Amino acid sequence: MDFLNYDFMQRALLAAVLVGITAPAVGIYLVQRRQALMGDGIGHVAMTGVGLGFLLSWSPVWMATLVSVLGAVLMELIRWYGRTRGDIALAMLFYGGMAGGVMFINLAPTGSNANLTSYLFGSLSTVSESDVTAIVLLAAFVVLVTLGLRRQLFAVSQDEEFARVTGLPVRALNLLTAITAAVTVTVAMRVVGLLLVSALMVVPVAAAQQLSRSFAATFAIAVGIGVTVTIGGTVTSYYQDVPPGATIVLLTIGAFIALTALAAPLARRRARALAAAHPTGDPAECAIPASRETGGKVGV
Amino acid sequence: MTEPVISLRGIRAELGSRPVLRGIDLTVHRGEVVALLGANGSGKSTAVRSVIGQVPVSSGEIELFGTDRRRFRDWHRVGYVPQRTTAAGGVPATVGEVVSSGRLSRTRFGLFRKADHEAVRRALDLVGMADRAKDSVGALSGGQHQRVLIARALAPEPDLLIMDEPMAGVDLASQEVLAQTLREQVSQGSTVLLVLHELGPLEPLIDRAVVLRDGCVVHDGPPPKAVGQHALPGHDHVHPHAAHDAEPIRTGLLS
Repeated sequence: MDFLNYDFMQRALLAAVLVGITAPAVGIYLVQRRQALMGDGIGHVAMTGVGLGFLLSWSPVWMATLVSVLGAVLMELIRWYGRTRGDIALAMLFYGGMAGGVMFINLAPTGSNANLTSYLFGSLSTVSESDVTAIVLLAAFVVLVTLGLRRQLFAVSQDEEFARVTGLPVRALNLLTAITAAVTVTVAMRVVGLLLVSALMVVPVAAAQQLSRSFAATFAIAVGIGVTVTIGGTVTSYYQDVPPGATIVLLTIGAFIALTALAAPLARRRARALAAAHPTGDPAECAIPASRETGGKVGV
Repeated sequence: MTEPVISLRGIRAELGSRPVLRGIDLTVHRGEVVALLGANGSGKSTAVRSVIGQVPVSSGEIELFGTDRRRFRDWHRVGYVPQRTTAAGGVPATVGEVVSSGRLSRTRFGLFRKADHEAVRRALDLVGMADRAKDSVGALSGGQHQRVLIARALAPEPDLLIMDEPMAGVDLASQEVLAQTLREQVSQGSTVLLVLHELGPLEPLIDRAVVLRDGCVVHDGPPPKAVGQHALPGHDHVHPHAAHDAEPIRTGLLS
């Protein structure tokens, strides 16, 4: 455990754990709304923020937060009003965001594509004190929203039309989800990188679903997986000199495969338990009713 | 006459450029059970969806409990059962979790008190699903799923129930449970507006039928008698429904 003696490792682990908590906590609502790839889109848009941060000599983390929040709000507005051309508008937003990032960072005096790479794929060992402060504040916001409003967000994500009839402020909640997702993307940016953020939002939730029947359990298991893989990936990268972002994502996918393999026998056991608890009186298999004497004895 | 619970006057609505409602009037009084009947495309679903603000209305007035719908805030007085869709959320959820979401209109900031948990349990009891509270909704049959949606609507203990084709694709056992649940609600003074394809097993409960054709009211009075093969006992008339026209076209990636 000697890695705990290094300041940079302490910062890296803190940032990693916060990402392990927040990414699946937001991701579960995106998956529930079938917007699993929204995190990926926000990640593209956030690149423009990073580029602008370099160009204007502001903090790239805060600038990326600002730009990705604006981008997420725009995506939500496109979803309301866009209808048929919505997907085209989104495509332009995503690729415009990516191109803007590359353009701005190359215009900046201190910037180059090398800087951009550390945001695209994460650069855990270079997380600074001020990065950690930003990450802690942003992660606190994400946890507050995703836990504090879990019933409201669940209702809106499960059945938007019904949620409106219960008088919930559906548009405000949708915007809040989008903003929270954008904030999470920037929290995760230094850890796994903008291009891999979405994996931590989606894959732990998909893995948790293999075991769970309830939303609450899915939430808890997904966050558990998130924390485990981010710590595991960070420590592995310390000993093995491998990129932490990629390690974390590959570990997450490994967890998904392992849990999927476990799930089949579990599902069989549950089905048996269910059949025992709610006996229908019907035999488990179809039976052909005993046939009457066929052929007949046709007398002559 | 008692106070109208629902009042529509001269409602017009278009989907795209096609008029779907062409000036319909509909009043439902307290304690009444009204069925909205009509063929596919007659506008009956659009009419109920306009009542709850899901369809933009181009002209006319809508009142709920005597309040203009745009200023109406007492949503806990309304229990809504949407047309059952096979689409569910992308994450597993239990029967209890889904029914609890119906109770949110009664809570402050989504905080559940003891009374709220009890109301959810009562709603599950009413539709005979109390023993399935911890099961995933994904594992239910169509009829059981419909019972869950009705329990969700009953969770806030509403005065008005609005149901969009509650019997479509529901097995006989569940139809019995639903009819019984509705009977109990009506005997306690609930007001009910139902969209139905035909009267079916709910016929004895229905006070008045409003029939729509091409977006106009063509009958408002006692329930019409079924004729032809529809009148045969045990006739189960189920139409598969196309995706609702009012639904925005989903863009795939983000919707």
